[in-house]
Amino acid sequence: MILEVKKLKKHFGGVKAVDDCSFSIEKGQITSLIGPNGAGKSTVFNLISGITDADSGQIIFSNRNIVGLSPDKISNLGFSRIFQASSLFDNLTVEDNLFLAFDNEDTKFWKNLLGLNRPTKIKKQKIKEMMNLVDMEKFGKQTARDLSFGQKRLIELIRAIINPHSILMLDEPVAGVNPKLREKISKILQKLKEEGETILLIEHDMDFTLNIADKVIVMEKGTVIAEGTPEQIKNNKEVLEAYLGE
Amino acid sequence: MFLAYLISLLILVGIYVILAISLQLAVGFTGLLNLGHIAFYAIGAYTSALLALVGYPFWFCFLSAGILAMISGFLLSLLINKIKGDYLALATMGFTFVVYAVLLNWTSLTNGPLGLPGIPKPNLFGLDFSDNYMFLILVAVVALVSYLILKLIIISPFGKVLESIRDNELAAKILGKNTFKMKFYAIAISAFFAGIAGSLYAHYITYIDPSSFTLMELIPIFSIVIIGGLGSLEGTVIAAIILTLLPEYLRFIGFPSSIIGPARQIIYALFLLLILVFKPKGFYGKVKLE
Repeated sequence: MILEVKKLKKHFGGVKAVDDCSFSIEKGQITSLIGPNGAGKSTVFNLISGITDADSGQIIFSNRNIVGLSPDKISNLGFSRIFQASSLFDNLTVEDNLFLAFDNEDTKFWKNLLGLNRPTKIKKQKIKEMMNLVDMEKFGKQTARDLSFGQKRLIELIRAIINPHSILMLDEPVAGVNPKLREKISKILQKLKEEGETILLIEHDMDFTLNIADKVIVMEKGTVIAEGTPEQIKNNKEVLEAYLGE
Repeated sequence: MFLAYLISLLILVGIYVILAISLQLAVGFTGLLNLGHIAFYAIGAYTSALLALVGYPFWFCFLSAGILAMISGFLLSLLINKIKGDYLALATMGFTFVVYAVLLNWTSLTNGPLGLPGIPKPNLFGLDFSDNYMFLILVAVVALVSYLILKLIIISPFGKVLESIRDNELAAKILGKNTFKMKFYAIAISAFFAGIAGSLYAHYITYIDPSSFTLMELIPIFSIVIIGGLGSLEGTVIAAIILTLLPEYLRFIGFPSSIIGPARQIIYALFLLLILVFKPKGFYGKVKLE
């Protein structure tokens, strides 16, 4: 068990966005959070990332409660994520977007002013490799703003992969992308899993999710109503009623 | 005669260049809509003037001006940590008013509205800068060094982190960047250069009073930053030169001095409007105004 969420609660005014939510994630698996719109999946993501403060409950990551830490501290503990909406640095080039993900040496003022933090060969090589992985090797010098929607998703994905982490959190990575690209992202995620990555995923596309997930957690009204393997979820009556509407 | 006039103009251009490129670091590169820049300029000018008047050497006054402005930048960045955009603009504007009020009312220190006369001309290790020609060299050197330091910052990975905060602060945090620390650096560095610009101004004019540091004084500097283009140091320098010299041209086509002041404001306003309509990124800018 790499991450454990215990009795997490977050209310926005009268709305119980996340209410008594508990689940856990195993190392080296793809875990998928599903549920209808407004079920609290993205709020759970934001609580884990520290973007939103929990009202109560715990998030245990490597024996440590991370509730209350700032997003940058949580990120540096070993979390990496993408958002539902594009979060690239629009006015920077694709390469600069990726260079920012490696480490935090770039926040040291004197080291950078004195020119002691030049991009290393290893970093350049890694960027090349990742750009090849998503077939975008020619786009390095392009400004992020000028990319298409699908290209932005891919660059965000590889930026999150480059960012050092033990858990990769993906909020709807294939929403709004074409079937071909979806296939590609699916392959990339499977490849990552083979390399031992732990992935937490929010996705509405059932085929996509049930295909790649090891474990599915179903949320409704801020709490977990079912969890299990994709097979079990497919045959769970409660889930079918709540989510698939059958 | 004309040469003397030109030299005095170029000195002003130099001071404006330092003020504008340092503001550009906060506004154009870090995305902090800082309307408190003129307050740092004021703090620098008064620090330098007061120290010089009690007999400290110029280099000490000059550096103290930068450092004290930098410290006030640090304090300001603590206060504005959580606010963004328009609210940040309002809060930093408030800072300008506060500093102005202090200068006006702390009469035992600042001499209030009467101002501080008789600020000595700089003398640096035996070199006398009381001659305007020499002073221009001093300003030019300081402006050049400031430009080079800022350029070094923005082309380094450190500068890219600043730009990432401008584009999407949350995403920068999610990549693990301590954005508070970065914004603190941006404001403090920006304030340091505004402070030394203030010092140069005080020692050049030799008389300062609070009226030189009102919010109105920020308008030309902000115009320069926007017309030059957000996220471009080169553009800022060019805009600083053009916008400072352009209104002076009116003198030669027969406008009296009494009109030149107001005409400056009209020219800046007109330029800003034209830029926003026809070239929203400014002349050399790469960042779209959101």
